[in-house]
Amino acid sequence: MRKPLLDIQDLTVEFATRHGTVTAVQRVDLQLHKGETLGIVGESGSGKSVTSYALLRILDRAGRIASGSIVFGGVDIGGATERTMGEMRGRELSMIFQNPRAALNPIRAVGRQIEDVMIQHGLATRGNARAKAIQTLEAVKIRDAEQRYHAYPFELSGGMCQRIVIAIALACRPQLLVADEPTTGLDVTTQKAVMDLIVELAAERQMATLLITHDLGLAASYCDRIVVMEKGKIVESATTEQLFARPRHPYTQRLMRATPRLDAQVSDLLPLDDSRRVIPSQRPAGPPLLEVEQLVKTFGKRDSADAVRAVDSLSFTVHEGESLGLVGESGCGKSTTSAMVMRLLDPTSGSLRFAGTDLATIPAKAFARHPLRSQLQMVFQDPTDSLNPRWSARRSIADPLMRLGKLSRQDRYRRVEELAERVGLPGELLDRFPHQLSGGQKARVGIARAIALNPRLLILDEPTAALDVSVQAVVLNLLVKLREELNMSYLFISHDLNVVRLLCDRVMVMQAGQIVEEGPTARLLSEPAHPYTRSLLEAIPHPPAMPATLPPPLKESA
Amino acid sequence: MTHLARSRLVGWRLLQAIPVIVGIIIVSFLLTRALPGDPAAYFAGPAADAASIEQIRVSMGLDRPLPVQFVAYVQDLVRGDLGISISTGQPVMHELTTRLPASLELTGVALLFSIAIAMPLGILAATRPNSWVDHLCRAVVTAGVSLPTFFTGLALIYVFYYLLGWSPSPMGRLDFLHLSPPKVTGFYVIDALLARDLETARAALAQLLLPAITLGLFTLAPIARMTRAAMLQILEGEFIRTARAAGLPRRQVLFTYALRNAILPVITTLGMVFSFALGANVLVEKVFSWPGIGSYAVEALVVSDYAAVQGFVLTMALLFVTLNLIIDVIYTLVDPRLGLEE
Repeated sequence: MRKPLLDIQDLTVEFATRHGTVTAVQRVDLQLHKGETLGIVGESGSGKSVTSYALLRILDRAGRIASGSIVFGGVDIGGATERTMGEMRGRELSMIFQNPRAALNPIRAVGRQIEDVMIQHGLATRGNARAKAIQTLEAVKIRDAEQRYHAYPFELSGGMCQRIVIAIALACRPQLLVADEPTTGLDVTTQKAVMDLIVELAAERQMATLLITHDLGLAASYCDRIVVMEKGKIVESATTEQLFARPRHPYTQRLMRATPRLDAQVSDLLPLDDSRRVIPSQRPAGPPLLEVEQLVKTFGKRDSADAVRAVDSLSFTVHEGESLGLVGESGCGKSTTSAMVMRLLDPTSGSLRFAGTDLATIPAKAFARHPLRSQLQMVFQDPTDSLNPRWSARRSIADPLMRLGKLSRQDRYRRVEELAERVGLPGELLDRFPHQLSGGQKARVGIARAIALNPRLLILDEPTAALDVSVQAVVLNLLVKLREELNMSYLFISHDLNVVRLLCDRVMVMQAGQIVEEGPTARLLSEPAHPYTRSLLEAIPHPPAMPATLPPPLKESA
Repeated sequence: MTHLARSRLVGWRLLQAIPVIVGIIIVSFLLTRALPGDPAAYFAGPAADAASIEQIRVSMGLDRPLPVQFVAYVQDLVRGDLGISISTGQPVMHELTTRLPASLELTGVALLFSIAIAMPLGILAATRPNSWVDHLCRAVVTAGVSLPTFFTGLALIYVFYYLLGWSPSPMGRLDFLHLSPPKVTGFYVIDALLARDLETARAALAQLLLPAITLGLFTLAPIARMTRAAMLQILEGEFIRTARAAGLPRRQVLFTYALRNAILPVITTLGMVFSFALGANVLVEKVFSWPGIGSYAVEALVVSDYAAVQGFVLTMALLFVTLNLIIDVIYTLVDPRLGLEE
């Protein structure tokens, strides 16, 4: 067998923390050949990113390679001098990151940032750097490259910023590209464009790619081989076909199960013997609860040329007991819509009839004290940022009860305990603060707070976007259960059609402030009529179907 | 951002300063009228009777209604006339133009000294948190800010003038052996250099060193702390990781990438420290017999010399406005993100 380009043997990475040494990566072996794409898949805390930082030797101050060897193109990375590493980074091995806008220097023109790398590695001189940087921008398919050269990151979209990061990484034609969650946080169509670009450039240059992701579907679509990591260890390593045909390790199986697929129901995401599984029942929709008519929101001066119609003549109805999905990419106006329904923003025009009352006539400021306020609640996208860091979980859940409820102190205490039980939050966690809770636990606190006043309509703004898939599976099942038990209606906002499929009876697809298509979920996703819906559906990377002969009922590994 | 948009932004900031200046003129006028004590009585002297005080009041225009006085005041201002100091008999304008450069020279040099020590210290401390440099930074900064300036000043005089004899006597801007250089900028060192009088320049600088160091030690703390904090925060940033992963050398990462981002809050701090030091260096001026604007104001205040106080308040306020304007403009030039909201 030919010698691998990258050979990691027995790698262990440790971090010195206040509570002693923590092993983030434990005895990891990896081989990667020229031109090959290897996926590292795992959930948060699996050590997948730390492995890549060790590979470039850009670990934090507290981290160190405790043992093992990393050999790249014949060079021992662990033993190389900082000078050698400086020459290799960016030139032989490059890296692109999650959150592309933050990954760029905010006050330096993007062209200059590309130049810096090229000049540093001797691929350009001060004289020709600009021309070469523009060439590089063209290589990552940025239109009007000459003008974009002068742009600052804040002037570019997320997808554009990621292209710039790719341009910086590939400017010097490295042999290995490490992509650490390169498309997390980007829209699906942008994700597809960015991934296709990476694949195309890699093929053109015979470059090896290490794709680090939490998304099995993405790994399945783009990788030759996949390794699955859990808690710092590699639990399974196989070619993509093999892995999906015969997943051997229980963790891999659990991960595959939890990833939303075309054919799955919400209960399929959890193992058969999991008590949290919920099989949704078909329920007839009741009378209209929320009727939105001709809703418009304009930002900027009215009638002026640069006024933006963020939401443009939107009309829809949410029936009692119904779950309506609102799907669209960033900037389509879905968050503006939810903010108006929640009466956090005043609409420019239009009506919002909720349970017979037109909410649009009540100013946003006065709505906080309106009797209908308790009937409308919201679960936010970021479970961490939407909790007050100085409040315990108990205080957070009790907050709406204290403001809008009329319960005695003791009743309130009991109500919070009851809510915690309902959302599956162990009672002993109630006195913890957000930083002491996991992502899934924080999401539960957010949900318990939202249902505290028995709302009739719950607005869910990407409630699982920040969660690992296995946690997402549990939270989605919980949401289905709560809706049935409490007879709530959902307005579910998401960019992920696979998740919407699991939770919604009807879906609306929104583009540039308007609804382009609407219909029952099953019909809309199987026979999309509008080209935009079709492009959204096509852009989603799908994991292969679950093998029919999956080993006997899966047990969660303890 | 285009250059046009930038210059428009700068122009807009300049326009915004106008109402502030108008406000300052009104407030400085009203404020001095509210001061306790009767200037006419003071001017007339202890022997004067009620009639002669009244006569002086009329001749000074103090008997007229406030709006009329204000119009006269503004008219004088436009002509550059700030009135006559009743304690020295000199035109206030003249005194301010000789004393303000003395203060500016002292504060400016002090700040340069302070920056030269505090910024490298802050950067070093940020790159090696909890190392000996970090602890040194903390110690120097704490010592600098906790020792009162009159004490540091006296200690420095004791060591460098009395014990070692390295520095000239702490008596103002120049010792009696030298004549003050022909006035161009009002800054003695620069004026002497312009006049190609190296000997006088050296002497002026020697006079300047001790008070500047005294004041500079006091202003070390905010600059060093802010540099350290801003650098620490920026160095954690994701774009620093990108720069490292791209193989940019440490020096470039530290200065071109980190420092340029970290400099923004440091500039704000510098502006605040400068204005604060300019007003607060009375003690240093007193210890070193420095003929600055701070001691002038205190003396004027003690004797209800309202023209002088008014002149001082006005000058300082205008100075602060200018300073803030300069900082705003620098900000606009450094940070391309500014001005988007316009």
